[in-house]
Amino acid sequence: MAGTGWTTVNTRLRQVAGGGLLDRRDFLRLGAGFATIAAAGQMPIAQAQGAASARPAWQRMLGQADLPYGQPSGHEAHVQRHLWDTTPETAGFAGWHSPIQHLRGIITPNGLHFAVHHNGIPDIDPEGHRLIIHGLVERPLSFDLARLLRYPLVSAIRFIECAGNTAANALSPTAMDADAQSLSGQVSCAEWTGIPLRVLLAEAGVKPGARWVVAEGADGGSHARSLPLQKLMDDAVLALYQNGERLRPSQGYPMRLLVPGWEGNVNVKWLHRLEVTDQPAHTKDESGLYTRVLEDGGLLQFAPTMEVKSIITQPSGQQLLPEPGFYEISGLAWSGRGGIRRVEVSGDGGRSWAAAQLQSPVLDKAFTRFSIPWHWTGGRHLLMSRAEDCQGQRQPDRKAWKAQYARHSFNHYNAIQAWRVNRDGRVENHYG
Amino acid sequence: MVKTLVLILLALWTVTGRADDVTPGLGQPLSLDTLSLYAITVFPDGRGLPAGQGSVAEGRVLYHQQCAFCHGNTGVEGPAARLAGQDGLISLRDPLRPLRIRKYPILVLSVGMWPHATTLFDYTRRAMPHYAPKSLSDDEVYALAAYLLHLNGLLDKTATMNAESLPQVVMPGRQRAVMGEAWQLAERGLPPPSAAQQGE
Repeated sequence: MAGTGWTTVNTRLRQVAGGGLLDRRDFLRLGAGFATIAAAGQMPIAQAQGAASARPAWQRMLGQADLPYGQPSGHEAHVQRHLWDTTPETAGFAGWHSPIQHLRGIITPNGLHFAVHHNGIPDIDPEGHRLIIHGLVERPLSFDLARLLRYPLVSAIRFIECAGNTAANALSPTAMDADAQSLSGQVSCAEWTGIPLRVLLAEAGVKPGARWVVAEGADGGSHARSLPLQKLMDDAVLALYQNGERLRPSQGYPMRLLVPGWEGNVNVKWLHRLEVTDQPAHTKDESGLYTRVLEDGGLLQFAPTMEVKSIITQPSGQQLLPEPGFYEISGLAWSGRGGIRRVEVSGDGGRSWAAAQLQSPVLDKAFTRFSIPWHWTGGRHLLMSRAEDCQGQRQPDRKAWKAQYARHSFNHYNAIQAWRVNRDGRVENHYG
Repeated sequence: MVKTLVLILLALWTVTGRADDVTPGLGQPLSLDTLSLYAITVFPDGRGLPAGQGSVAEGRVLYHQQCAFCHGNTGVEGPAARLAGQDGLISLRDPLRPLRIRKYPILVLSVGMWPHATTLFDYTRRAMPHYAPKSLSDDEVYALAAYLLHLNGLLDKTATMNAESLPQVVMPGRQRAVMGEAWQLAERGLPPPSAAQQGE
């Protein structure tokens, strides 16, 4: 029986914190023990599959032809982006959430990258698209795509997170019963390849007195954000490729601005204009929607850094643990300030914490995958993760996060996420 | 031979901000015609505002023809962004606000909280109406800006807006503004070239 199999192994493993969190090093030392552990808690194989009398059909026939552009298995058809449905009538504000609870590693597949569109997706003819740079520059310039593709290109793996990611947990007085995708799926991570902005800005020749750049998209609504010239000179990229292929229309084809670590909205998609100026434009999105309302009523503008955050993706909201036994707790951590230094996991609602394993690579301003082995005995548990970044910034709990802002402020929510595991194995969103 | 190649490369590639950054210099000169077609940014001090004018009364008519469908009859009903009043969960002037927010959470915010009136012109001209952006004339955009400012109690119903008067309207959000880290970074400006090189 399952319980018996587990007990045998369990005598050789140490708990590193309450709630059944285990020491990963024991697995490494045990070697073959991994298989034993993995099998523990499962039914005997013959019983599980029935006494097979023949090989499965797919082992006895010629397979199908492949496709010019590969697609996921039909059995993975449930792994889809999900449209935020609270304002279905405002078609121009479409929020597509990434299925983070179904993905592993740190790279988001291109078709599953989250997206927020304020004016729909423009159908851009790349030959008719230009990037123009003007304003406080010596030489106003126009770049076509064919020429831009001849520039030396750089690549970097970077996350992008919507300022409003996890807004439901910020706003809702009680924890909404929802999955990780609905709650926190407005974040993704990809390898972006393109031209450092400083190369193009230097080619145009920035004039003294320039401090800001208004970046504008070629969408119907000409989405625009004012960004510090210094940030664009530091690490911003004119991205042309995503995960090796040219940008998808949903991500700004044929070119977008990548502003590492800063809220999604400033990573202007379909970029077509950079106006170098001495002052910010105070565009719509730096005036209301992408501001934060402070506890004293202050209106926090131009604060785009996405602070350190983490979320356990497996197990997570609305998933069902089929039976007691071994599970690997796995999740994602990221910070707009740089790399992740440490992630700790609690299995007992924050009474005790254990350091999670950080999976290589651990990169600046990118997803970091963390994991820790866990034995679920079938009881009620509160699972939590808390991350610390390279600057020593740590995630607040929800109460501390809320204390900074007015009750209706919802952007940049990065409080510790708790998942409650019920006795029946169902996992629920919880405020800890 | 090598020397010639190095000279050609030096001639072709412009050295930029950092030692490892070179540009092939393929940008084409931008014509003034192209620039005037695309340079639509309006700044809080009024820079970028075009000639023309529009009144609250004209804006009221336009609003009900082109805007009320998404923003509601009085600018607060949604589903699209709330246009009048301050942000928040409750309001004495709008007792139904909690219900509206429950249906459309984004209505916790309001255009009335914006710090600068010029943003009304900039955004309406570039992006509204949602189904036909850039279809309004400059006069019509001034009229709509005037009407929205009137809905917010900031303009008399007889008022008219133009390039001179719009930047002078003081929005209540201006005194609430707190500037974050991007503002600090921008206002420090770029380090002088010599300092930038020392930083390498």
